[in-house]
Amino acid sequence: MSLRTPLKTARYLGSAKEGADHFWKQRVTAVSNLVLSIAVVAILVSLVGADHLTVAAALKRPEFALPLILLVVSGVIHMRIGMQVIIEDYVHGEGAKIALLMLNTFFAVTVGAASILAVLKLYFGA
Amino acid sequence: MSDAATGRGAKVNRPLSPHLQIYSPLINMVMSILHRITGTALYFGTLLLAAWLVAAASGPDAFHAVSGYFDTWPGWIILFGYTWALIHHALGGIRHFIWDFGVGYDLATIDILSWGTIVASILLTGAVWFVVISRLGGV
Repeated sequence: MSLRTPLKTARYLGSAKEGADHFWKQRVTAVSNLVLSIAVVAILVSLVGADHLTVAAALKRPEFALPLILLVVSGVIHMRIGMQVIIEDYVHGEGAKIALLMLNTFFAVTVGAASILAVLKLYFGA
Repeated sequence: MSDAATGRGAKVNRPLSPHLQIYSPLINMVMSILHRITGTALYFGTLLLAAWLVAAASGPDAFHAVSGYFDTWPGWIILFGYTWALIHHALGGIRHFIWDFGVGYDLATIDILSWGTIVASILLTGAVWFVVISRLGGV
C-alpha cells in the first residue's frame, strides 16, 4: 500500500528524503513486536528460577531461540525509530541532535548484535 | 504613512497557544505521555534482556551473577516495572492501531480506550507476575 501523495512523489521524498518509510516501518514492527513479545514473555516466564544448565538447554531449541532473535531484530528497529522521534522533538541544538541520533543508532545496533550473538552461541552450543 | 501610524512592524500581543501546564490532565493525554515514557523505559530495558542473554552465553558464573542481581528487591521492582512498561506500551500500540484505521475518535470511545489501556495493563501485569510467583512456589 502507498501512503504517499502524488505531489510528494513528484517532489521526491520530502525534506528527510524518506517519505512515509519510518511511519510504515514503525507499524510493521509494532505488529511483529506484539506477537513476538507474547511468545518471549511466555519463554521467560517458563525459565523463571531456572539454573544455567536449564536455560542453556532451552536455548538450543529453535522454538525458544527463533522468537528471541526475531524480537530482538524487530524490537531494535522499532525502538531506534521511536527514540529518533523523541530526540528530534526535544533536542534542538543541531550538533547535539546529530550526536544523539548517531548514538541512538549505535546503541540499537550494539544491543541487537550482542543479544543475537548470545542466542546463537547458546543455540549452536559452546 | 509611517509604521507608527499603521502599526506595521510593531509588536502585537497575539494570543499564544497554551502549553501542557494550562490543561488539567485528561486520561488520553496521560496515556499518550505514558506511551512515550514506557517506550523510553523499554529502550533502556533491552539492556536487561541483553545482559541476561550475554550472561547465559558466557557461562554459569556470569549467569548466576546476573540472576543474583535480578533476584534482589531492586531487581524485582525493576523487572516488575519492565513487565508493566512492556504491557502498557503494547496496549497503547493497539489503541493507536485502532485510531490508525480512522475509527474510535468520539470522546466516549477515546475515554474507554484510554482507561482500558491503564486498567488492562495493571491487570495483565498482575496476571504475569501471579504466574511467575506461582512458579517460584510463593503462592
